[in-house]
Amino acid sequence: MSTTAPLPALGRRILRSRVLAALTTPHGVDRYLEMVNPMWAAEEVRARVVSVTRENPLADGPGSAAVATITLQPTSTWRGHRAGQYVQVGVDLPGSAKRMTRCFTVSSAASVPGEQITLTVRAHDEGQVSKHLVAAEPGLIVHLSQAQGDFTLDESPATPTNNHLLFITGGSGITPAMSIVRTLLRDGYDGRAGRKVTFLHYARSAEDQIFAAELAEIAAADNDVTVHLRHGDHVFSEFELRRLVPGYRDTDTWACGPAGLMELVVAAYDGGGEHRLRTEFFKAPRPAAGSTEGDVAFTRSGTTLAEAANTGATLLEQAEALGLKPEFGCRMGICFSCTTRKTEGTVRNVLTGVTSSLPGEDIQICVTAPEGDCAVEL
Amino acid sequence: MSAAHIEDVLETLDVETTKKLTAEQLDAFGAEMDAIRQRILSDLGEEDAAYIRRVVKLQRGFEVAGRALFYLPPAWPLAVASLSVSKILENMEIGHNVMHGQYDWMGDPGLNSRMYDWDNVCPGEQWKYSHNYIHHTFTNVLGKDRDIGYGILRMDEDQPWHPYYLGNPLYAFLLMVFFEWGVAMHDLEVENIVKGTRTLEDNKALHAGIMRKVKRQAIKDYLLFPALTGPLFPLTLVGNATANLVRNIWAFNIIFCGHFPAGVATFSEEECENESRGHWYYRQLLGSANITGGKLFHLMTGNLSHQIEHHLFPDLPARRYPQVAEEVQEICERYGLQYNTGPLGKQLFSVARKICKMALPPKTAGA
Repeated sequence: MSTTAPLPALGRRILRSRVLAALTTPHGVDRYLEMVNPMWAAEEVRARVVSVTRENPLADGPGSAAVATITLQPTSTWRGHRAGQYVQVGVDLPGSAKRMTRCFTVSSAASVPGEQITLTVRAHDEGQVSKHLVAAEPGLIVHLSQAQGDFTLDESPATPTNNHLLFITGGSGITPAMSIVRTLLRDGYDGRAGRKVTFLHYARSAEDQIFAAELAEIAAADNDVTVHLRHGDHVFSEFELRRLVPGYRDTDTWACGPAGLMELVVAAYDGGGEHRLRTEFFKAPRPAAGSTEGDVAFTRSGTTLAEAANTGATLLEQAEALGLKPEFGCRMGICFSCTTRKTEGTVRNVLTGVTSSLPGEDIQICVTAPEGDCAVEL
Repeated sequence: MSAAHIEDVLETLDVETTKKLTAEQLDAFGAEMDAIRQRILSDLGEEDAAYIRRVVKLQRGFEVAGRALFYLPPAWPLAVASLSVSKILENMEIGHNVMHGQYDWMGDPGLNSRMYDWDNVCPGEQWKYSHNYIHHTFTNVLGKDRDIGYGILRMDEDQPWHPYYLGNPLYAFLLMVFFEWGVAMHDLEVENIVKGTRTLEDNKALHAGIMRKVKRQAIKDYLLFPALTGPLFPLTLVGNATANLVRNIWAFNIIFCGHFPAGVATFSEEECENESRGHWYYRQLLGSANITGGKLFHLMTGNLSHQIEHHLFPDLPARRYPQVAEEVQEICERYGLQYNTGPLGKQLFSVARKICKMALPPKTAGA
């Protein structure tokens, strides 16, 4: 069985049947299917890399990194995505045998179940997953989540409006906006977005500009989309935005990019129009700041339960000192009862001394102390 | 003086000569164990991942083969054998070890202790509490480790005798036959309900979890798979039950050899108050026993034939235990600590003897 094509519809229905689930309990159908063909799945989502295209072949100056668009063929379990959503991508890194999972925005237009999608990924120096993806060979199998996120065009195609739309993006933050604009142009009438669209993007340099050819094409075509590209030291200013879009505070706006840009954009909408602004931040892992500086936050499904200055004690002790009652067992790192997910920050295993700054990492809080700022999901 | 009596005396002597270490020696001993642990942790990688994935593949192969062979009535013994091997591998080398968190570092949800549930009527969630936490933290501490006799048997001199324990061998036999059910009921602490220190109300939350798991397991093995073989329904049903029985007997015997052969020490709660890491290691070592054997044997026991190494390093991948066993043994020799090991026959005999001996009231002093 050499094919890695997704499963036909009848096969899907059988695989998702309750009978098969009961027969394969407690492991589930997927634990058997993956042994036969990694592209067969009943619940889980995986994808095969179809092609990898370098987006900025000329960029190799200091500070610039390779950017590539990776085309993926998901398994038939992929439910499709709305433009602007992201997906968690898990890759088994060769050598360490560890699966690393990171979030990437889908850069292609909205997809339907089973349809191919693209990710556009910048290979950060410290980004093990992004570097692996940018250098991937066709045929590589990756693990996916279903699409997630609300940074999307929130009106359905069934009830379209013709409101003006504004996108302000920087660097890799262009990807969700690109997905939305591509969707508008694809689904609109005669290649038109069907409403006025303003696309304002900031890139490090012309060489580092991704989607340059496509953006030039979009800018030149008669399609209602205006594209403004800013390169180099040209920073965002409220003055310039007001000149381009005088009524920006009354315009639905999507902003996505590095922290510096985002602060300026948020400030520009401060005191009116905040409800028009939707933002998405990309968080990069922060290096260790020191053993007992910073704040420790304990959260549960998005809400902060408690937050306090880092005392340097283990996370379990710090949580208990704040009056929280996280689950625990042996308190010596052997039973895994207290395993929780660290969402942000650097932590140190007090038994091994090993530090880690990976986002979204499972840790045993009884033997883990934070270094600097840290957030833990209890 | 009979031969058995001489053995009794020797055994008593053996218990009394359990070597005590000073606090400094315990710290040094603990540091040596920590060093082994550290070395293995930093060496975990592709070989360990490839190993467990290979075992999973092998087990799935036996599972599918076993289920399929029930369609050929003459191959019935082969089907039962194949399914038994699948269940043993799944419970011992995969389930037990994965649920210990031995492979959590891989980041694979299919091999993660928080996601994995095993092919056993005991819900993984409940087992992890009583086993990973209670048993592995308070190993062989009387009154704390409910794995000493599982609340059913008398397995230690210091458990007060009661006429109920005259049935010790019978209870042990029944526990062996119904082992997975015993494991499933372990968390309900029935003995404490009888004693009145636990109420049925306390068990309410556990009941639902057990019933859900029992239902799923029973539907699979005793309804759906037999039904799929049509007219062969009874044969398949009996075959599945036999495979579960084989797994029960095997798991029971291996596990009993891990903590109950003669010479394994138990500890009092006072001894373990505020214990050091070194003392915890010391207790794990003296509270466990190994079984010698070949590679295949170790695989089929889920490497619990290296119970000592498992108790010293419960969260390290089990395939590492044979690799560090020699070193652990050498360290024990240097500290003059007993390293309890022997072939399966010897350890089984020793366990059986203890089960029978503990059925009877302790001999009064001077008798």
